[in-house]
Amino acid sequence: MMLTVTGLNAWYGRSHVLQGVDLTVGRGEIVSLIGRNGAGKTTTLRAIMGLIARRSGRVEFEGVDILPLPVHRRHRLGIGFVPEDRRIVAGLSVRENLRLGMLAGVDRGAAAAFMASLSGMFPRLVERLDQPADTLSGGEQQMLAIARALASAPKLMMLDEPSEGIMPVLVDEMFQLFGRMRRDGTTILLIEQNVERALGISDRAYIIDQGRIVHQGDAPALLADTAIQERYCTV
Amino acid sequence: MSPNFLLLQAFTGFALGAIYVLLAVGLALVFGLLTVINFAHGAMFAVGAYIGIFVFGLTGNFWISLVIVPLAVGGIGLVVERVLVRPLYGRGIDYPLLLTFGLSYVLLDLIRILWGKQGLPFDAPDALSGAVDIGIGYFPLYRLFLIALTAALLVGLWLFIDKTSYGLVIRAGARDPEIVRVLGIDIARVWLMVFGIGTGLAGLAGMLAAPLQGVFPEMGTPALMVAFVITVIGGMGSLVGAVVAGLLVGLAESFTAIFAPQFSQLSMYVIMVLVLLLRPQGLFGRAGLLG
Ligand SMILES: Nc1ncnc2c1ncn2[C@@H]1O[C@H](COP(=O)(O)OP(=O)(O)OP(=O)(O)O)[C@@H](O)[C@H]1O
Ligand SMILES: [Mg+2]
Repeated sequence: MMLTVTGLNAWYGRSHVLQGVDLTVGRGEIVSLIGRNGAGKTTTLRAIMGLIARRSGRVEFEGVDILPLPVHRRHRLGIGFVPEDRRIVAGLSVRENLRLGMLAGVDRGAAAAFMASLSGMFPRLVERLDQPADTLSGGEQQMLAIARALASAPKLMMLDEPSEGIMPVLVDEMFQLFGRMRRDGTTILLIEQNVERALGISDRAYIIDQGRIVHQGDAPALLADTAIQERYCTV
Repeated sequence: MSPNFLLLQAFTGFALGAIYVLLAVGLALVFGLLTVINFAHGAMFAVGAYIGIFVFGLTGNFWISLVIVPLAVGGIGLVVERVLVRPLYGRGIDYPLLLTFGLSYVLLDLIRILWGKQGLPFDAPDALSGAVDIGIGYFPLYRLFLIALTAALLVGLWLFIDKTSYGLVIRAGARDPEIVRVLGIDIARVWLMVFGIGTGLAGLAGMLAAPLQGVFPEMGTPALMVAFVITVIGGMGSLVGAVVAGLLVGLAESFTAIFAPQFSQLSMYVIMVLVLLLRPQGLFGRAGLLG
C-alpha cells in the first residue's frame, strides 16, 4: 500500500472529530472519500498532510510513519494536497503561484518540462500566466491549484472537493485530467460531493460519517448500492 | 526663506527619514511575515550602536563596523527567534509581544552593565565629515551618505523580495503560510531569516544614527516609538508603507524643527492621528508586503 491510515484521531479543541479512521490507498489507485457535510473528510486529508495540531494514530506513506513529520517533509516524500479553499496566493501572478509549487524538490529541468507540458494539460492557465492569480475565475483558480500541486510530480495527490462551485464544462475537463494523471502514474485520494462522478472514476471508495469510516468497497459496487448512498451521502 | 533653504531642509528630513525607514522596514518585515510585534526592535537599534562603538574601538575602521554591525545584530536576532520566539508561534500575538518587551529591558540592562549608563560619542569617519555643495547649497556629507546607503539597501531589498525565489516565498508566506508549507517549503527557516534581516536592519540603523545623536543606553526607546508610529502610518506589514511613512515623518520633523521647534517631536503623532482618522488601515495597509 502507498498510504495506510490506522486509527487516526483528530480534535479541534475539545471536540473529537476523527474517531479512529482507517483507510488505505494502493499505488496507482483512485480512491474516493465520501460523506455528508461535516462528516470529517477535510479533517482526514488535513491530518494526513500534517495540518491538524491535535491528532493521534498512525499514517504510513511508503512504509514511513509520517505523523510526526512537519508538513513540508510530507510534501518532499511525495504527497501533494489541493485544499478545499484552493489557496491561490493573491498578489502573485499565475506564473508565480506555479513557481511556488516548484521550489521544493523540483530541479530546473523538471520545472522547464512541467511548464512545457502545461499547454496540453492546462490550456486556460497558459493564456493567463502573467495575470494576477486572484483575477482568475473560480474554475481557473481550481485548475491553478491543481497545476501548482502537480508541479512537483507528487506520487500521491489528495484533492478536497476540486469540482465544487465550478461550471460543468470545467468539471468534465477536470475529471479527464484525473484520468490522465492516473495514466501518468499518480495515485489519487479524492473528496467529492458529486458522488456519482467520483465513484465513476474511482477504483474504491470509503464512506465516512461522524468521524468514522462506516463503509468501504469497490466503486462500481457502491455506485449500484443506492441504499448506502441514500443513507450516508444525501445532505 | 529661500527655496534653496527649504530644499536643503528637505534633504535633512530625508536623511533623518532614511534612518527611520531602515528601522521601520525591519519592523514591518517581521510583522508582515511572522505577525510578531517586535518590542525589542528599539533595543536592537541600541545594541547596533554599541556594537558599532565596540568594533570601531577594536579596528578604528568605520567601514568594518558598518559591515559587522548588521551581521552581528542580525545574528542575535537569529538566536532570539530560534530560542525565544519560535516556541510561541501559534499562541496568539500577545505572547511574542510580551516576550520581546521583556527582552528589550534585558538588553537595556546588559548595555548599562557593559558600557555604563553615560552616553558615548560616536563620530562619523573623516571621509564622511564636512559638507559638499549639492547645487542648492552645502549639505553634510554624512547625511548624504545616509540617504544614498538607504536607497541602495532598499533597492537591494526590493530586488531580493521581488525577483528571487526566497522573495517569492516571503511574499507568499506573508499572505498564506499554510499553503507555503503544503508546497514543501520549510517556512520556519524563512521566518528565522526574516527575523534576522529585520533585527539586522535595526542594528544598522542604530549605528548609522549614532553620529547624529550620540549613543546612550535608552536610545532604543524613542526609536521604537518612531518605528511603531511609522508602521501605523504606512500600514502594518507594508514595506512600501514603511518607506513612504518613514520619509514623511523625517520631513515633517525637519520642517517643524525650523518653524515650530517645540513641536518637532510631536509632528509624527499628528500625522498618525490624521492618517488613523482618514485611513485607519494606514496609507498602504492590507496591500501586502510590496503593495
Ligand atoms: N477549525 C475547526 N474548528 C472546530 N471545528 C471544526 C473545524 N473544522 C471543522 N470542524 C468540525 O469538524 C467536523 C468535521 O469537519 P470537516 O471539515 O472535516 O467535514 P467535511 O466532511 O469536510 O465537511 P464538508 O463536506 O462540509 O466539507 C465538523 O463537525 C466541523 O464542524
Ligand atoms: Mg470539507
